[in-house]
Amino acid sequence: MKKSYKIEVDCANCANKMEEAARATAGVKDAVVNFMTLKMNVEFEEDADVKAVMKEVLRNCRKVEDDCEIYL
Amino acid sequence: MSKKQKKVLIRIIAAAVLLVGFSVLAAQVRLNRWLELALFLIPYLVIGYDILKKAVKGILHRQVFDENFLMAVATVGAIALGDYKEGVAVMLFYQIGELFQSYAVGKSRRNISGLMDIRPDYANVEKDGVLEKVDPFEVEIGTIITVQPGEKVPIDGIVVEGSSTLNTSALTGESVPREVAAGEEIISGCINLSGLLKIRTTKEFGESTVSKILDLVENASSRKSRSESFISKFARYYTPAVCYSALALAFLPPLVRTLFMGADAQLGVWVYRALTFLVISCPCALVISIPLSFFAGIGGASARGILIKGSNYLETLARTKTVVFDKTGTITQGVFEVCGIHEHSCDSGSCPLQDGHSMGTPQEEKLLEYAALAECHSSHPISISLQKAYGKKLDYSRVADVQEISGHGVIAVVDGHQIAAGNDKLMKRQKISYRACSCVGTVVHIAVDGVYAGHILISDVIKPHAKAAMQELKRGGIHTLVMLTGDDAKVAKQVAAQVGIDEVRSELLPADKVAEVERLLAEKRQKETLAFVGDGINDAPVLSRADIGIAMGALGSDAAIEAADVVLMDDDPLKIAGAIRIAKKCMGIVYENVVFAIGVKLICLLLGALGIANMWVAIFADVGVMVLAVLNAIRTLMIK
Repeated sequence: MKKSYKIEVDCANCANKMEEAARATAGVKDAVVNFMTLKMNVEFEEDADVKAVMKEVLRNCRKVEDDCEIYL
Repeated sequence: MSKKQKKVLIRIIAAAVLLVGFSVLAAQVRLNRWLELALFLIPYLVIGYDILKKAVKGILHRQVFDENFLMAVATVGAIALGDYKEGVAVMLFYQIGELFQSYAVGKSRRNISGLMDIRPDYANVEKDGVLEKVDPFEVEIGTIITVQPGEKVPIDGIVVEGSSTLNTSALTGESVPREVAAGEEIISGCINLSGLLKIRTTKEFGESTVSKILDLVENASSRKSRSESFISKFARYYTPAVCYSALALAFLPPLVRTLFMGADAQLGVWVYRALTFLVISCPCALVISIPLSFFAGIGGASARGILIKGSNYLETLARTKTVVFDKTGTITQGVFEVCGIHEHSCDSGSCPLQDGHSMGTPQEEKLLEYAALAECHSSHPISISLQKAYGKKLDYSRVADVQEISGHGVIAVVDGHQIAAGNDKLMKRQKISYRACSCVGTVVHIAVDGVYAGHILISDVIKPHAKAAMQELKRGGIHTLVMLTGDDAKVAKQVAAQVGIDEVRSELLPADKVAEVERLLAEKRQKETLAFVGDGINDAPVLSRADIGIAMGALGSDAAIEAADVVLMDDDPLKIAGAIRIAKKCMGIVYENVVFAIGVKLICLLLGALGIANMWVAIFADVGVMVLAVLNAIRTLMIK
């Protein structure tokens, strides 16, 4: 399953870091962060609990970029 | 400017004033070292407190090579070495750079969403005699919506009442208005210019043209190009590499000097050089300017009615050297007109191409009637032209056992007679001897109960810009232009000669087209790419097989939007050359930025290591390069 989220982040490199952090999260098959449109497209694993996974994604993103936001 | 940006701007001004003030003061009066430090710490903290805070948090999260951390180390280091002014200035310029970047990015975001401002906010639905504005998402299929002059058509549908002119420029980049009248289809995203229209919706909002286009444009830059991946990979290694070199630069030379050369360690000098390294280590200029260039390129193109589905396609498009065209609907209008009915003879006088068909004898009319009925279930342009030329209402009950043979024609039973209507191949297949036509055009042979009855001549009209488009492509460096068509060789050659295409392959079945494109793909040189241009209706397999598939005249055709990589909203072939030009310019700017930013940084690193470049040069290498790269990237928006 794929979902798109609006995000808030200040710099392009931070967006790249968020992408990596999101990809490394369990339950996420693939993630693409688009800095220009401020969007994160997440592809989830088959049986992933989307809400729980996204919470974890946000937590991991906050670790690499403190003041980022994902509008869940 | 947003609130956040304004706050930073105020801090920058305050810090700059304080920095200049204290520098003048320090030059005039001999200050105590500690007093001077305290004074310079004021602007430093004003401008850098958030960076320092983020740096500490980064360390807690084990993000060592975070740019906040690097800036913090470089500036604190400079201050510790007694270079107060440099320390504050680095932080100040870093913030100016960040502010500029966020302003430029925000501005181009707004610019591009302004260009693509086609999202309708509401739909007018009549309830109890009163018009009510509702969310287009809530409108069900089959609802009658009202569009007043000046409003956007929110949902695809069919006009049930009223007539008007439409401005489609937001979709196609074309400024000539279109006419619509009752009974015609209407596409969302157009602006109603003159009359009141009532429309019965045929799609949900999410499935309407406007939503699909917006979705496509918004997601376009998510498909990353190779240059973008290269840059993010480069950034991943660049920063740590520079940091470790800085560490080595700070301590190795002093160590070597004391241990082996017996000279003074000069630790301060080397640490200063290492700090300049850290200032240059931030990969911001690259990381921001590349996606910004692509984004602006894609946005600028979509404002001209050229939708490019991803940065990667922009890259492929720029390397295009071979363009393969489908004939019908691409080079020609795809609107066929019957221009002659030849029952017995085909003297050239009997095909007046200028003014439609000449309806002669009752036998000829019968021939047309049979052909129109046999093909009544087909939506092929040829069938449509036959039906149009016949002009009367088709009675479907007279037709039975319709057999459509792809690339050949149709066999059907009409009024109890077996009618075969199609090209030479169909006649050969049915083993019916036929008479070739002496006029140039597409010929539909008709056989009644296995006996040849004559043929109908149909010809297609070449698009007005087709010839100019070919010249433009050749001027743009395309060396091979190929036309593929299912049509017969004579027609194909004539059309190709008229527009200036060198290579023609005719009488191809859909599968042959794929094979032909594969052959061309195998022939071309490695770094070059092949683009296929089609109308997207029945060439989806070829569109996806080519390096890059371009669908044209796609306004309102979902299939084309799905299958192609580049979608031209209107059917002007000149846009193909336009798309390639935009792609080339955009890639040019991308390469400029990559080479310029990496080049300047490497040179400054070298000069820094040798002690020639000081911290001021390092600031230029970081902030100055970023500002220039961003300005250069924004140029892509202005490509004509």
